[in-house]
Amino acid sequence: MTTFKTSFSRRAAVKAAMAFGVGLAAAGAMTATTSTGANAADPVKVGLMLPYSGTYAALGEAITNGFNLAVEESGGKLGGRDISTVKLDDESDPGKAVQNANKMIKGENVDLLVGTVHSGVAMGMVRAVKDSGTLMMIPNAGAGPATGQLCSENVFRTSFSNWQPAYPMGDVAYDKGYRNVVTMTWKYGAGEEAVAGFKEAFTKRGGKIAQEIYVPFPNVEFQANLTEIASLKPDAVFVFFAGGGAVKFVKDYAAAGLKGSVPLLGSGFLTEGTLQAQGDAAEGILTTLHYADTLDNPKNKAFRDAYKAKFGKEADIYAVQGYDTAQLFQIGLEAVGGDMARKDELIKAMEQAKINSPRGDFTISAAHNPVQDIYLREVRNGENVVIGVAAEDLSDPAPGCKMATN
Amino acid sequence: MDFTFFLIQALNGVQYGLLLFLIASGLTLIFGIMHVINLAHGAFYMVGAYLVWSLTGVFDSFVVAILASIVCAAALGWVIERFLVIHLYNRDHLDQVLLTYGLILVLNEVQRMMFGSDVHSVAVPEAVRYSIPLTDMMSYPVYRLLLAGICLALAVAMYWIIQRTRLGMWIRAGAANREMTASLGIDIRRLNALVFAAGTALAAFAGMIAAPLSSVYPGMGDNVIIISFVVVVIGGIGSVKGAFLGALAIGLTDTFGRVLLPEMSSVMVYALMAAVLLWKPNGLFARA
Repeated sequence: MTTFKTSFSRRAAVKAAMAFGVGLAAAGAMTATTSTGANAADPVKVGLMLPYSGTYAALGEAITNGFNLAVEESGGKLGGRDISTVKLDDESDPGKAVQNANKMIKGENVDLLVGTVHSGVAMGMVRAVKDSGTLMMIPNAGAGPATGQLCSENVFRTSFSNWQPAYPMGDVAYDKGYRNVVTMTWKYGAGEEAVAGFKEAFTKRGGKIAQEIYVPFPNVEFQANLTEIASLKPDAVFVFFAGGGAVKFVKDYAAAGLKGSVPLLGSGFLTEGTLQAQGDAAEGILTTLHYADTLDNPKNKAFRDAYKAKFGKEADIYAVQGYDTAQLFQIGLEAVGGDMARKDELIKAMEQAKINSPRGDFTISAAHNPVQDIYLREVRNGENVVIGVAAEDLSDPAPGCKMATN
Repeated sequence: MDFTFFLIQALNGVQYGLLLFLIASGLTLIFGIMHVINLAHGAFYMVGAYLVWSLTGVFDSFVVAILASIVCAAALGWVIERFLVIHLYNRDHLDQVLLTYGLILVLNEVQRMMFGSDVHSVAVPEAVRYSIPLTDMMSYPVYRLLLAGICLALAVAMYWIIQRTRLGMWIRAGAANREMTASLGIDIRRLNALVFAAGTALAAFAGMIAAPLSSVYPGMGDNVIIISFVVVVIGGIGSVKGAFLGALAIGLTDTFGRVLLPEMSSVMVYALMAAVLLWKPNGLFARA
């Protein structure tokens, strides 16, 4: 064993050294080509740092498609400048976030960094652009601090904060007459922030949280907790789950016989992109979110038709967020005539922007998060049907953000 | 917690434990007999789920799809053993880890290319698509009970094959001393291929029958590989009996841990593993 170890480490060390040398040479070559000139004829370089593999790969792809669609609709240019994109798979790995972001910022010298889905990775990116001052736009990750405590001049978000879609559900639940609610989610940032949002609104009105259940992420064995819910007999259950876990939870909930007796409420991601797999088990679930596929407005119809024609599949919320990322950037670039050097003016224009989005018009808060309507949706016949607006022009309170207080 | 709910939670724990056993048994079999650490075991679990999902669409019958999937999975295991794993028998565990880790990446990528990144589900067969009411609010899906029964039956079958049949005797002999067994005229290469194919089929089968309960999604195998290793380590690496008791212990610990000590629930099973290893450093039923 020992002989093997030493021989391996020697071999590995040599290999690593060689790889490192090659990497250095490549990095040198890369900066050499990109630093030769950045005049107005060159395209604006956008770095898409998104998950292109793993659990979130479908989301990364939808965001990219949405972004490209918006660019294409304005003739391949934004603000009169050609757009070139570089893609980087962030692997949803927070451990590599800062390193990958720096690859985009320093290695590729991007003008705009777009990313990402995973909140942990997004926070790493926020830290990286805080040092470099690079313009960054978050097309999904809902981590509160990105437009809260760690908010920053050069960081915008075109999606939501985790608090945002969950908070209005607190009022909805109370208005439905529920007084005693159990919450359940994975023990991780997004889930905890969503539950906190729900709880804030619900308890403010006088509702009571019977129990907050947290399941280790990304564990999908829920049976023990469902049994616990049955023993607590609450008026309703509020949950935050997404993706494969959301499918399993909704099916388990129905199979345990709880569906008929305890209404299930959720932040909208519970039933986004999962309805087909959830089937009948999802019928009747109420969720709140800033978008719904079935949203009835001309912009949404046009967007969905164009998306389907181009990519051969239905658009989803992630595609909308990618689309709006490009739209917001376009507003900024147009205001400065495509001159990325006038960054302060570009940021100012984006702050004052009104985005004509498939989700309905929205504006940008002082903390750089969307101020948007949150819709109340119910699952009917396998679709998220909009049954009302749960909150109009809802703005994230952005606790701890210095830009929001003055 | 009143007594009824205590019983239901115990049922949850046992049922979860039995499923864990099914997943982990192939892993411990491959390690115990072939001395190969197979990190790709979770990926085989995913392969099983995707196979049954796609074949249910073809055959329109869950049972037929499962039978066909088992054949496919065993064939996959056989091919992987013949062309890849066969080179590892005389190598260090680290080389085995590298190869089987590579297999995870390859299988995940193949899955993405063939099936995309969407979440899918497999319908529970019509005949068992109902629940038995247990309390005024809670009922228990019959499919879960059926699953527990299947796992139990497989555990008994495995025990019988390994302890009571000639094939089992060869397998045990091969595990104890490979050279000696080969010199007695037993084709150890074919035995290895058989065991690896069986181990792969077991992991895939677990993925298949769990598919209707769960959902079918990319990377689903990554979540089960860690807990499978915990089961195998607690039970004693290579011991099927140990894996069975280890899996039940983990199922019950996890279930009651969530309800009684929710703040600690994520570390409970690892605490159990640490405690067992302090008491018996080689696991409950380590081979001498």
